[in-house]
Amino acid sequence: MKVTAGSLESSDCFITISKSDTLVIDIESVVFEQFGDDILKVISDTLNSHKITKLHVLCQDKGALDYTVKSRLETAIKRMGENHE
Amino acid sequence: MGQNISITKPLINSIDELFGFIDMNENKNLSFHHHLRNGDGVINYVLQHYITKGITGLNLYPSSIFPAYTSILTLLKNQQINNITTNYCNGSVATYISENGLPGTFTMQTHGGRARSIQEGLSKIDIAFIAAPYVNIYGDAIGYDGKNCFGSMGYAVVDSEYAKITVLVTDTIVDEPISNPEILGKNVDYILKVDSIGDNSGIVSGTTEITKNPIGVKIAKNTSRLLHELGLIKNGFSFQSGAGGVSLRVTKDVKEIMKEQHIKASFFSGGITKYHVDMLEEGLVDELFDVQCFDLEAAHSLKRNKNHHAISASTYANPTNPAQVIKDLDVVILGATEIDLNFNVNVTTDSHQTIIGGSGGHSDTASEAKVSVIVSPLIKGRLCVIKERVTTITTLGKNVDCLVTERGIAINPLRQDLIEKLKDSKLKICTIEELLEKAYHYTNKPKNMIKREQIIGEIEDRTHDIIDYLYQK
Repeated sequence: MKVTAGSLESSDCFITISKSDTLVIDIESVVFEQFGDDILKVISDTLNSHKITKLHVLCQDKGALDYTVKSRLETAIKRMGENHE
Repeated sequence: MGQNISITKPLINSIDELFGFIDMNENKNLSFHHHLRNGDGVINYVLQHYITKGITGLNLYPSSIFPAYTSILTLLKNQQINNITTNYCNGSVATYISENGLPGTFTMQTHGGRARSIQEGLSKIDIAFIAAPYVNIYGDAIGYDGKNCFGSMGYAVVDSEYAKITVLVTDTIVDEPISNPEILGKNVDYILKVDSIGDNSGIVSGTTEITKNPIGVKIAKNTSRLLHELGLIKNGFSFQSGAGGVSLRVTKDVKEIMKEQHIKASFFSGGITKYHVDMLEEGLVDELFDVQCFDLEAAHSLKRNKNHHAISASTYANPTNPAQVIKDLDVVILGATEIDLNFNVNVTTDSHQTIIGGSGGHSDTASEAKVSVIVSPLIKGRLCVIKERVTTITTLGKNVDCLVTERGIAINPLRQDLIEKLKDSKLKICTIEELLEKAYHYTNKPKNMIKREQIIGEIEDRTHDIIDYLYQK
């Protein structure tokens, strides 16, 4: 099952999550060279705070700020019912 | 005939026939203008012939390169082009050059600088192919009539005067005299008749509308307030704003201030749109000096409004021309892809080093106008418009006076006179360093990935100085 949140508008990101046996984070970003590490960190931190260790996360980023990435990911997690808080 | 000095020009019916008169191998420096922008049909029609004949060692001088000019890409891939000199480059040709460079030199000039180089003989053009919407049998031409009218022919005038061979390419030929032609028959050698010179609806770009984006609206409001506080909106002032969505919104806000306070401007210059024409017809401005029409309403206005003048690129912005219009310009509103802590502006490449544009008249007008204002969102897709150093310098910082964003206004420290005038302002005036810090607070600091190893081109200012280089991405 795939669950999504966000959009592909400029300054937003489109998050797609699906069940997985391991933790896989894929990032496609228009500013990957400049901010790839920051995007990975905010996704990892958000998953950690929800105690999620197994998930496939695809982040298609159009230049979203950190709090946008975080809120899109949290929305997707809640939509999937995977909130282990 | 009344005009007995006029002689009819050879009328050619096909490109094959034309090259019966002209030696393709002896005349490899070719120029084109870009008034039809992405609707141009002439450049591909002509260059297809060079592709077919396999002519190599070509040097191209198009005033701009748009995505539709795919024949240039084919010539590049076939290794048929040596040098390209242009003022703006966007689309697949730009991407190809960013990645591969040219066998020779890729030179990016300004609109005024191009005219100057051709006049001074630094750019030697063998054949000028000029798309012309309305031509008479004597070789006179105008751009604002005919089925594919596109308005001013400003960029092509100097080509017609200085090229060894001038070929008008047209789909409309008449017998009658033309009053005040933009291209003079005495400068024309051949008239090439084609079915269509292109599609004139292609002159409109997607951005030629007043922005409704709230950030753009805020930037425009800040800008018109800034101009007002600086005392620049007053009777007889002159103004140029181009066709960007935010710039047009500034024009709209300035218009409201003018109406409220019964102020009339002397002239607007540059690229002209329907919004500028409306202000002329409402009596808010005396004259329009038009080097390029950005929509068909502007093109049609040239025909009906006697105070809407088509001017050549040399009259517009050639720094050695005493009649240069922009030397009397009070205010110019310009965009930026990037601006740096020294106020250098980039509109040539994106932050990934891909060529996406070029100066056009950016450096010309910033250099000449009494006050030059850059309008831009502070943050665009997580990238701050302000850099420590721009990827490519299009316009030198010493010619840039103000940066207006939605989160504050920075004034170039070289303009203490402006800073002094604004010392009691309620506008959010800050240093450019403070604006950059504000942006980093939201975005974090980006990693700098700019590669400066292999030079693939040069940025030539209107002074002929090379002010920066383009590097292979």
